[in-house]
Amino acid sequence: MQTKMKESEPILEVNNLFASTDDLPILKGVSINVYPGEIHAIMGRNGCGKSTLSKIIAGHPSYNITKGEINFLGKNVNSLEPEERAQSGIFLGFQYPIEIPGVSNLEFLRVSTNARRKFLKQEELDTFDFEDLVKEKLELVKMDSAFLSRSVNQGFSGGEKKRNEILQMALLDPAIAILDETDSGLDIDALRIVASGIKKISNNKMGIILITHYQRLLNEIKPDYVHVMSDGQIIKTGGSDLALELEKNGYEWTDNFVKEN
Amino acid sequence: MVNENLVKDVVKEPYKYGFVTDIETEKISKGLNEDIIRLISSKKEEPEYLLNFRLNAFKKWQQMKEPNWAELGYDEINYQDIIYYSAPKQKEKISSLDEVDPKLLETFDKLGIPLTEQKKLTNVAVDAVFDSVSIATTFREELAEHGVIFCSISEAVKNHSDLIEKYLGSVVPATDNYFAALNSAVFSDGSFVYIPKGVTCPMDLSSYFRINSGDSGQFERTLIIAEESSSVSYLEGCTAPMFDTNTLHAAVVELIALDDASIKYSTVQNWYAGNEEGIGGIFNFVTKRGKCLGNRSKISWSQVETGSAITWKYPSCLLLGEESIGEFYSVALTNNLQQADTGTKMIHIGPKTKSTIVSKGISAGKSKNSYRGLVKMGTKAIGAKNYSQCDSMLIGDQASANTFPYITSQQQNSEIEHEASTCRISEDQLFYLQSRGIEFEEAVSMMVSGFCRDVFNQLPMEFAAEADKLLALKLEGSVG
Repeated sequence: MQTKMKESEPILEVNNLFASTDDLPILKGVSINVYPGEIHAIMGRNGCGKSTLSKIIAGHPSYNITKGEINFLGKNVNSLEPEERAQSGIFLGFQYPIEIPGVSNLEFLRVSTNARRKFLKQEELDTFDFEDLVKEKLELVKMDSAFLSRSVNQGFSGGEKKRNEILQMALLDPAIAILDETDSGLDIDALRIVASGIKKISNNKMGIILITHYQRLLNEIKPDYVHVMSDGQIIKTGGSDLALELEKNGYEWTDNFVKEN
Repeated sequence: MVNENLVKDVVKEPYKYGFVTDIETEKISKGLNEDIIRLISSKKEEPEYLLNFRLNAFKKWQQMKEPNWAELGYDEINYQDIIYYSAPKQKEKISSLDEVDPKLLETFDKLGIPLTEQKKLTNVAVDAVFDSVSIATTFREELAEHGVIFCSISEAVKNHSDLIEKYLGSVVPATDNYFAALNSAVFSDGSFVYIPKGVTCPMDLSSYFRINSGDSGQFERTLIIAEESSSVSYLEGCTAPMFDTNTLHAAVVELIALDDASIKYSTVQNWYAGNEEGIGGIFNFVTKRGKCLGNRSKISWSQVETGSAITWKYPSCLLLGEESIGEFYSVALTNNLQQADTGTKMIHIGPKTKSTIVSKGISAGKSKNSYRGLVKMGTKAIGAKNYSQCDSMLIGDQASANTFPYITSQQQNSEIEHEASTCRISEDQLFYLQSRGIEFEEAVSMMVSGFCRDVFNQLPMEFAAEADKLLALKLEGSVG
């Protein structure tokens, strides 16, 4: 648990969150607070509930919150639609970005960006202005503009899909970005490109949650906090050293962990 | 699933063309027999050969059986319970649009097809058909200057009898099939187009079919002839009021393209589809066929089928001329309890003939959507080629989609390629788009539009926008 006093208000407050899908409990009391400029890492074995936590924060309809609350920028978002959360600045980078045949990536990015801009009371961009903006952002993830004319994620390699996610993060300029295993399936070069993109996009007003199994992403982006999840709970929170410890000792100890307090 | 229910909500769409025009009509009595056919023919003051054409078709029809091979289920049609001629009462001879009953003009206004001189569409000539008769055709003089004939088929029978006698029934013979035979016996009105040699029709031509009466069928007949080196783009739209009974629509369309001529025929079909429980709606049994008679001639069908309780329709091409081209681009959307069995036939007879089929079927609700297509390479179709692509999209978990391709080849030196796919709008896809700030309804509509893109690209500009809007309406409810 974070105890030190913060000067600003948290961007995201998850308070004692319980959630289930098809009556199967997945989250069993998760709490996490993210303040502006902070980078949090959530680590844990497959099935510990870390991806579910990210989906629930983004509003995935398959999960029911049974107890607890998610506050975003001081407002309870438990019952908001996924699109309302996204417009107001919650971004989820998908572990497996979804393919949408026939829908051009450029058009998708434009509609999406404009939905966010509309919420921020910024002018919506026409095709020409948007192309200028997107070309500038493409640089951040070293993507070729040929990606724009293809269907959303269709036929993209694993690395291209992940870069496309980070491109979306750049365009949407979220208040909080939850990146679900953005490092999985990337070779070392692609990992560096993605990590450097994330670093360039992040700023002292943005909160970031990195969900990962491995230390290697955290070598590129140093987290302020590392949380370890097991069986739907955060069982340990520490600094970036905790990730190194996990790398060394593995996750086995988390399996039968009795929560410290 | 939460989203499943939402999908169900958004595919419920109000039908905005469901109004009835209150107008005095002249109807003949119900039922079908030789006397009724003679009556229709005499009302239209038809020449002997046409009456014989009708009577011959009727005789054959009586010996034919209603086809049952399509993936369609419906209650038996009682052909004696239908009125075969219904026309709004008007003055005997109308010399200008000013004499058309204002109620009729108002009706077409409401449908977005203004006909009067002041308001008419500037780039499209329109033939407006109301129940059994054509009530007005715009831009006739302008078209006549180019030698283009665009009028109702009844008028063509009177003024261009030689062309009618030569071509009527030459593509779809009176006895071709059950519904074509019925149409040949009782057809009332429809459009006639003649494009003379070397002429590119200066504007798009369009027919708008409106069924107003609940107990009469609509049996229109359209004939388009494109002489050597001419070209025309023709659009067809249709709507009907909401009745809780089923109305029969059995049309025949014949296209003829001579050497180097091209005909593009586009349809946006939005007949009343019945309500959510499948009560009411149009039974749409249509025979559409084009004959590429000339060398290097081209016939292209594009259709957006969104309406009707039942659709039975296979716009086809007979590719006779050397190097002639046939195309079929189709989007068929069914919802609730709608059923569609639609596709095409590409009959390759001449050498080096080419055909392309792109079919996109979208089924939502508890609807049933089938593609049925025949590609045939005849013995002389040396070097002929066909490419077919049939994709189905399912929305929700209660809709069904089928693909029935029939392929026969009697010519070794020809190519046939067939691709088919089925997909479903998944909760994950919707969530992905929503998690990028895109509203649920827009997300569904984006995916459907993306799915149909290849076909929409083939539609004339005015139509493409309309089709996109129509699908959006069908699927989005309030948005748009």
